[in-house]
Amino acid sequence: MKPAPFEYIRAETVLQAQEWLAADPEARVIAGGQTLMPMLAMRLVRPTRVIDIAGIAGLDEIAVTADHVTLGAMVRQVAVERSAALAQALPLLSKAIRFVGHPPTRRRGTIGGSVANADPAAEIALVAMTLGAEVLTTADAFAARDFFLAPMTTALPAGAMVTGLRFPRVAAARRGTGFAEVAMRQGDYAMAAAACELVLGAGGEVPSLRLGIGGATPVPVLLDLAAPTRDAVAAALAPLEMMHDPNAGAGYRRRAALALAMQALDEAQREVMA
Amino acid sequence: MKLALNVNGTDRVLELEDRTSLLDALRDGVGLKGTHAGCEHGVCGTCTVLLDGEAVRSCLILAAQAEGHAVTTIEGVTPGPGELSIVQDSFVETHGMQCGYCTPGMVLAAVALLRDNPAPTRDEIVEAISGNLCRCTGYGQIVEAIALAAERLQRSNTP
Repeated sequence: MKPAPFEYIRAETVLQAQEWLAADPEARVIAGGQTLMPMLAMRLVRPTRVIDIAGIAGLDEIAVTADHVTLGAMVRQVAVERSAALAQALPLLSKAIRFVGHPPTRRRGTIGGSVANADPAAEIALVAMTLGAEVLTTADAFAARDFFLAPMTTALPAGAMVTGLRFPRVAAARRGTGFAEVAMRQGDYAMAAAACELVLGAGGEVPSLRLGIGGATPVPVLLDLAAPTRDAVAAALAPLEMMHDPNAGAGYRRRAALALAMQALDEAQREVMA
Repeated sequence: MKLALNVNGTDRVLELEDRTSLLDALRDGVGLKGTHAGCEHGVCGTCTVLLDGEAVRSCLILAAQAEGHAVTTIEGVTPGPGELSIVQDSFVETHGMQCGYCTPGMVLAAVALLRDNPAPTRDEIVEAISGNLCRCTGYGQIVEAIALAAERLQRSNTP
């Protein structure tokens, strides 16, 4: 038994979890636990109470409407992987989810847990940033670009809880997506990753291109592109701060981010043409 | 806290500390030592068990979170005492183990894969065990074992 002692309690409603969180600043939420459990085992966190939100009705729902795709915080990563509705409505997330951990961790890991944890290498956060999703919380809804502040740090107010992720649904005559990542091993933390969505409207307007970078930077970044070219991507990457560690320096990450961005863009373009 | 766990089809009531992982509950509470403790923080996969038929890491689940779900350990996949299931026997046949420490986790990962996908490709087998570390075999014979098990299961009437 490696964690320090804590009290385990099950919330039945979001309101109840919110009250418990507000009453005790040392309480923590457990969703899938795929990051919290190692942190508990290593005693990097020593909460007084662990509030299980798995039993809250409705928090594991995937809702696809005309304007939005909304995923509850307790939607398991495996549910995203298996959802035919999401493959249709949010193909970039369906594609990226295969890069998240391994099958056994995806079986338990959740959308909300990944977003709240804000690991710079997290694929779900990268897709949220790339597609301009909103993070729904008990306090407020945050645009992804306002939510992720630094590695493992978000704008989530004390005592609040992530309740879901809401993606805008863009009408498309044709849509192409691409996702590319480099890690030490399959399923390991991304040293750099890129996500791309290319949308062609029905009216022949200029195609909309969204290209995001994760893993390399402290938080995922939606690139500001002048054109869909290698030079434009390199120019957009140039001012960004890159992370560095003994396995991957900042220079490597910048080069990898460029190469992966071009791979993701190429994949999206090929899908649109097909 | 008092917990009711369903392990290998048997309901058990255990008195455990809140912080107890499913891994510790199985090994120390239930006394089933087939589920091995490795890194105990979600990296090695040796503690893999089935939760409602799907592979999960028992060190990354609190025992309390498993309440209301069916837990299957390596002891639960054998047809009877002293007998091996088709998947286990395939590991023997292809020598898909050396020291044996990762084997229960590998077998359960394979059982979970073959339940959903009776005829996996080599890539699908590799992905299914990608979260399980083996330091002896180099994985070659483990992949062979799972492919052999798939072939045998397709020709068999027993699970």
